[in-house]
Amino acid sequence: MTKKTKTLNLNFGPQHPAAHGVLRLILELDGEVVEKADPHIGLLHRGTEKLIENKTYMQAVPYFDRLDYVAPMNQEHAFALAIEKILKIDVPIRAQFIRVMFCEIGRILSHILNVTTQALDVGALTPSLWGFEERETLMTFYERASGSRLHANYFRAGGVHQDLPMGLEEDIGKFCVSFPKIIDDLETLLTDNRIFKQRNVDIGIVSKEDALDYSFSGVMIRGSGVPWDLRKSQPYECYEQLEFKIPVGKNGDCYDRYLCRIDEMRESVSIIKQCLAKMTKGPVKSSDGKISPPPKKNIKQSMEALIHHFKLFTEGYRVDKDEIYTAVEAPKGEFGVYLISDGSSKPYKCKIRAPGFSHLAAMDYLIKGHMLADVPAVLGSLDIVFGEVDR
Amino acid sequence: MQNLIDLEKKINSELTTKIKKTEIRHEQLYITIDNKDLIDVTLHIKNNENTKFRQLIDITVVDYPENTQRFKVVYLFLSHEFNQRIILSYLISENEVIPSLTPIYPAANWMEREVFDMYGVKFKDHPDLRRILTDYDFEGHPLRKDFPLTGHTEVRYSEDQKKVIKEPVKLEQNYRNFDYESPWEGTKYIKKQTDLDNDKKN
Repeated sequence: MTKKTKTLNLNFGPQHPAAHGVLRLILELDGEVVEKADPHIGLLHRGTEKLIENKTYMQAVPYFDRLDYVAPMNQEHAFALAIEKILKIDVPIRAQFIRVMFCEIGRILSHILNVTTQALDVGALTPSLWGFEERETLMTFYERASGSRLHANYFRAGGVHQDLPMGLEEDIGKFCVSFPKIIDDLETLLTDNRIFKQRNVDIGIVSKEDALDYSFSGVMIRGSGVPWDLRKSQPYECYEQLEFKIPVGKNGDCYDRYLCRIDEMRESVSIIKQCLAKMTKGPVKSSDGKISPPPKKNIKQSMEALIHHFKLFTEGYRVDKDEIYTAVEAPKGEFGVYLISDGSSKPYKCKIRAPGFSHLAAMDYLIKGHMLADVPAVLGSLDIVFGEVDR
Repeated sequence: MQNLIDLEKKINSELTTKIKKTEIRHEQLYITIDNKDLIDVTLHIKNNENTKFRQLIDITVVDYPENTQRFKVVYLFLSHEFNQRIILSYLISENEVIPSLTPIYPAANWMEREVFDMYGVKFKDHPDLRRILTDYDFEGHPLRKDFPLTGHTEVRYSEDQKKVIKEPVKLEQNYRNFDYESPWEGTKYIKKQTDLDNDKKN
């Protein structure tokens, strides 16, 4: 007599604390083993690309903050670089260091969130309490530079919006001294923790070949032992002048990805320190009046500045007809902007390549054959943020 | 940069008949092909020892509604081994069905679903061509240039019917699109002047 088996369909999310946002995951279960996972995304779809097509280049920048909202400036960076390459603008060296410094702060912001919430998903509460305190400090740095804790809108084509306020550099320097201690603390809680290892080691293994096939990038591909980081391999901005290492994993499981993120935070601290040391006084945006708006005090004095101001904030600057793909190493992987300009002041097309999209697309491959309880662990290590997946 | 020129030569010599045009700009290689050659070209650049474009970064479409061949399909490839990027594109008309890359690059699955959702381009032999980003019973393809920015419908919770309902968009004020474009281009001498001033200061 043959026994008939029946699979059970389980609806995971869209409101589930371990779904990291609004993910609806339809799981087909055979007992406790996942046979098939079908992620339904798009619950946070806001039509960013459509909106950007209807805004001037400067107005489009804030939309990038709202993609991966835990590391907003890294996204702005890709867009600013795309415009700069088309317009062939040189960015002043101080602005380059400021931008790289804030991108690394963004990387730490993102990795703290990911490491601690991944720990939370597998049952550890304390790391998130310790980590979020540091995130708050970092977000005050964002606020002091840009006026906003999350949606910074700070990078511009040709530099940054304004110079750093007094005392910020010293405070970031102090943070760089105190923060490694916090990473050590997090590591004492997690790295050798028996429960954390039981839940993460050998879970969600990605082989090198599969990581390439599924278009993985960032920690997802480095965790599998591929030493690939756009900051090193295709250096943009001033990364060539900075010294840092690329942490690479061995087994490609959730635990190795966690270790990579921890090590990347340490490297980011060292990059921030180098930026602070190498930063000199000087302009923070392009001197071209056709692209960067004049300082406020000039508007009262100079007719020319007034006209520039008016034209830049109504029509915006024009970008020559061109087509370009630029990518940056965002905390989650390769974040790219494929920009088509048509000579007007609005982009004709702006495709956003979000790393999380490819990672989540491989969910079925990653989770097949795992237990139901491994779903949050794998999802946590993918580092999914729905702002960028859904766009 | 030298490598990219070599790559251009190599691709042109090995796939002569299949390549329409190649160009190097911004340290990237732009290749234009015919849509029937897509599978051959991708298989070649993926498996060839000298190219090894193992990763498909993204697929997208650009809409030019005024052209007879309305859509430009764009594929972005990356070779880790040689640290190079290729931007591959071809033109198709509105109702053309194009081959799916999912058997060659598994990552193409969702990217093609997104293209289908946003532009309505259909893929032959795609395992699971469903909408991905828009709502479950959404109509239209939002990223086409003739789709209005405001969309066609809006949703709200209806107290009477006790459920979420869809209604045609009603705006208190029409979406205003001011035409700021002017023939104003500014003068070239100002840039030179400011540069000179800066030099003097330094």
